[in-house]
Amino acid sequence: MSSSLTSRNEAGIFYVLAAIGGLVTAVGLGSALYMEHAGHVVTGMNNQIVWGIPHVFAIFLIVAASGVLNVASIGSVFGRVIYKSRAPLSGLLSIAMLAGGLAVIMLDLGRADRIIVAATHFNPTSVFGWNVILYPGMFAIVAVYIWTMMERRMNAYSKPAGFAAFIWRILLTTGTGSIFAFLVARQAYGSALLAPMFIIMSFAWGLAVFVVVQAAMYFWNGMRLPPLVLQRMKNLLGLFVAATLYFTAVLHLTNAYFAKQTAFEYFLLFDSEFSALFWVGQVLIGSIVPMILIWSTTGQRMTWVTVAALLVIFGAFVQLYVFIIGGQAFPLDIFPGYDVKSSFFDGQVDHYTASLPEILLGLGGIGIAFTAITIGVRVLRFMPQDDVQHLETAGAITD
Amino acid sequence: MRNWLFLAVVMAFLAQFAWAGDQANSRTPKPVIEIANPGKCVAPPEEMRRNHMEMLKHQRDRTLRQGIRGEPVTLNGCIDCHASKKTGSVLGAHESGKGGNFCESCHAYAAVKLDCFECHQPKAKFKAAGVMPGVKP
Amino acid sequence: MSEQNNPRRAFIAAAGAGVAGLGFTAIAPGLHLMAVAQAADATTNSPAARKAGEAASSAVRWGLLVDATKCAPGCTKCVEACHTENGITEKMPDARQNSQWIRKIELVDRRNGRKTELPMMCQHCANPPCVDVCPTGASMKRADGIVLVDRHSCIGCRYCMMACPYKARSFVHAPLTEQNPEVPRGKGCVESCTLCAHRVDKGQNPACVEKCPEGAMIFGDLMDPNSAISKRIASVPTTQVRSDLRLDVGVRYQGI
Repeated sequence: MSSSLTSRNEAGIFYVLAAIGGLVTAVGLGSALYMEHAGHVVTGMNNQIVWGIPHVFAIFLIVAASGVLNVASIGSVFGRVIYKSRAPLSGLLSIAMLAGGLAVIMLDLGRADRIIVAATHFNPTSVFGWNVILYPGMFAIVAVYIWTMMERRMNAYSKPAGFAAFIWRILLTTGTGSIFAFLVARQAYGSALLAPMFIIMSFAWGLAVFVVVQAAMYFWNGMRLPPLVLQRMKNLLGLFVAATLYFTAVLHLTNAYFAKQTAFEYFLLFDSEFSALFWVGQVLIGSIVPMILIWSTTGQRMTWVTVAALLVIFGAFVQLYVFIIGGQAFPLDIFPGYDVKSSFFDGQVDHYTASLPEILLGLGGIGIAFTAITIGVRVLRFMPQDDVQHLETAGAITD
Repeated sequence: MRNWLFLAVVMAFLAQFAWAGDQANSRTPKPVIEIANPGKCVAPPEEMRRNHMEMLKHQRDRTLRQGIRGEPVTLNGCIDCHASKKTGSVLGAHESGKGGNFCESCHAYAAVKLDCFECHQPKAKFKAAGVMPGVKP
Repeated sequence: MSEQNNPRRAFIAAAGAGVAGLGFTAIAPGLHLMAVAQAADATTNSPAARKAGEAASSAVRWGLLVDATKCAPGCTKCVEACHTENGITEKMPDARQNSQWIRKIELVDRRNGRKTELPMMCQHCANPPCVDVCPTGASMKRADGIVLVDRHSCIGCRYCMMACPYKARSFVHAPLTEQNPEVPRGKGCVESCTLCAHRVDKGQNPACVEKCPEGAMIFGDLMDPNSAISKRIASVPTTQVRSDLRLDVGVRYQGI
């Protein structure tokens, strides 16, 4: 084990990582306080682009949090042994990222100080209202699920708990996609396709995060991931990335087909600051390059699979930026067939520049997730334990 | 058991501060409040001290959500009567530096967040001046 | 209009409660409405003042008719009247962060170049998307059809701004101090045209209607066949903006 770290170095690294995570979190919380005090005047958000970079971070974290639980579901619900040993880690990542994402979305509120109102006043027709139930419910169910897996006496209940978590996470991502799917006002949204698309996106992004964290943990412990496990996970990642790309293509093709939507599609795909981000960031770097890395000979190496996963995460951020900011930048078509002008910027393409405080708030969400994961894997047994010989004799890793 | 006893004693100790406001000869420091129009309130001071927030809360929901106007209790009514004669406001510090005008002095004393004036105008008979510049299309 | 009377909202509500799995009933918070008859004063062409203690009634539906053929090019009297009445005096460094409850829009028909101007504001929908999406029920519709934001429960999530097809809502981006006592508004909450509810309840027309030098706007009760607005709508063709969305708006336009 040449790359093995001595236990003393290892402890040192833990404190360094925890300190970095804590610092990023603290800076993020400080930014939120500043935004809360000064008002959103210190952000790049305005009355046309009402959701900005904090929402990109928050939605990435929430969607990936749901997707990362897929690893556990494949183990518990579908009985795959190599995934089963990874289920507790998958649960931890899920809770940590959900916490980070929710923190960002709540701290970005205009009146974050009265967040309790969201719990005491419930509007049943609001997708946000549903999410007020779905998100905390996810915490509870995943926490119980982890408990049934890690507490020996509760092991018997881990399958039903896993099944409940699987159903809940499908609902949760449907709820996240529906935030946009249920909007009639803006051309970028209002498609039922968005709910299943968010689910498939969550599969890809969650697995990518899992692959990266797993690689870091194996490196940290000086261990090597069994090649068969690597093979399985990277193939699955490639499949999810391909499926996300497929949904993206169908969404844009349907939009381009409808005359009322073509102007928006042309704007987004060919005639705006978002076009290059879409083609180069989301499609090329975020989807095609990772697939090539995964399915060519480089995909036999842990390092390249990790790089592919990192590119998928990068592509996810670009995709959300194009989807959320690009979708709002295009003017509302209030008077079809007319050129419009007003003091409220009707008919004009808006340009958004994220300000430092809102970027730091978004990073703070990553910091919260990172810190929780670092501490979690250090103090509890989340390291996947593979008994390769046993797996082979049991026939579990031959297909 | 012992902890509970301790807690009970602490609670009893703290409770006397809550009562202090109603007692005449307490050694507890009290907020300095400027009363602009004494004796003309919609209810006795004891009741107002304890229940003004509930009265305002119910009124605001009726007025905003049901559109009921002309209620006996309104925030603007409170402000019109209780605003400082010097500054015209229910917010702001006294010159002595102790407490402040009607609403703020007591809320500062009790350390209770005063959220009303994030949106409501704290000055009596305030007239918003002018128009936002640069609105022409 | 109560929740139970609207099958569409009740349906979404039931579906939502089903997804949430907790069986909430479709009752929006705090709406208990009484049907109290209320008539507009036909002689003065302004609404009748509501008596003290009387709730807004679903027997009335306030509406606005804008005659775009009368709206004068370059005139912004209605916008200025609104800003004065509602105390909108602040100016943000980035103009896109300014609140605007009403704005003048210049339209140019792409086919023939015909120019039109009109004021645009909250359309006071009967099926308002902003009310559907609001997580806390802060975005609400009063019994008489006026769509309002209850700032006491608005958390500033801006979902209603995403949902509004008319770009009618603004978010207050910085602390305010110059509010009109009758029109509270403040940092971190979303706001929009209230149809001057505080004036309407006193029997006055909205400020924009009152100050329009061309008399291009009529305010009144859409449910009363004898009101000036109903008579005009019955006699000339009028348009609902984005009528494809079937939101049943309270603000109608003539001449576009």
